[in-house]
Amino acid sequence: MTTASPPASTPGPTTAERLRTIRRTGLSIGVATGLYGISFGALATASGLDVWQAMVLSAVMFTGGSQFAFIGVVGGGGSAIGAALAAVLLGIRNTLYGLILAPSLPRGGFRGFARAQLTIDESAALAAGGTTTAEKRAGFWAAGVWVYVFWNLFSLVGALAGQHVADPGAWGLDAAAAGAFIALLWPRLRSGEAVAVAVAAAFVALVTTPALPSGLPVLAAALVAVVAGLLPSRRPLVHHQIEGDAAPDTEPEEEPARDEGRPEGGAR
Amino acid sequence: MSMLWIAVIAASVLSFAQKWVGYQAPPDVLERPRVSRITTLLPIALLGALVATQTATSGSEIVLDARLAGLGAAVMLLCLRAPFLVVVVGAAVVAAGLRALGWA
Repeated sequence: MTTASPPASTPGPTTAERLRTIRRTGLSIGVATGLYGISFGALATASGLDVWQAMVLSAVMFTGGSQFAFIGVVGGGGSAIGAALAAVLLGIRNTLYGLILAPSLPRGGFRGFARAQLTIDESAALAAGGTTTAEKRAGFWAAGVWVYVFWNLFSLVGALAGQHVADPGAWGLDAAAAGAFIALLWPRLRSGEAVAVAVAAAFVALVTTPALPSGLPVLAAALVAVVAGLLPSRRPLVHHQIEGDAAPDTEPEEEPARDEGRPEGGAR
Repeated sequence: MSMLWIAVIAASVLSFAQKWVGYQAPPDVLERPRVSRITTLLPIALLGALVATQTATSGSEIVLDARLAGLGAAVMLLCLRAPFLVVVVGAAVVAAGLRALGWA
């Protein structure tokens, strides 16, 4: 490898080579992401869903964070409506991806349908890495299609295996779900503000647990993000303000937060 | 049809609609800084809350048990840059091990 031709004779990879590399990357992302479909399937059936319900989530909902949130709320004894709400709130970011991707992907017909269904963290990320429209498209479709294939395949494997677990606690599956959530959260904790929001949300969820019906504490904690998002950013004190204010004052702060947030609601 | 089935189907269809709507909306929505800040922070808050409830609650009670040790193992593995599946399995093994030993 080190004795390859000198750079002067190869001015850089050709367009076709770059696209091939992107497609290969998409395949490896698909396999790696798909593999944790095993944990989704197993946790879903251990949480009380049947195999078909787990597979509808993987095939139609097809967005990992929301799927884990749904089964997390159901497994924790929460209501089905609370589970659906948590899943939908976590899926808001996919709308954002669509806004970003719209100019570079084909619209209308089957492809218009497929591009929407395959819009997830991984496909949006690989598309964002491309510099030309061709590269963005190649990245989006490669990551989207391969993740879809492997995610559903391994969800089924996990769901079939999870069915035979009589006592999920003895297998540590409740701790596995907590591990899955922290692993999904981890890459997002890149700023002090993100850490503060995560900690404050965890605090709100725990404090409201004895008072609210199961599933709702998670939604109450979502207000932390709304409040933090409405606060002016880049203030050195923002860290303390979020942690100090959001938890005890969740109710009073709810109203102004909702009104200010309306432009978002109106736009969709 | 059970409540659970209705929730599975409704949440799945809504999730698809969320993806679809992004492609139809005018692109200038993105330029509203508050909108993009909230959409960035929302998954962080929800996942933080889910970590807490999944680790330390049971029904409407705060319960500290082997799950906390499992979470600790997950954090350690994440610090070591372990892949997702290793983190999840590691958390399960630690919690299951402690319970098998009767320590938690």
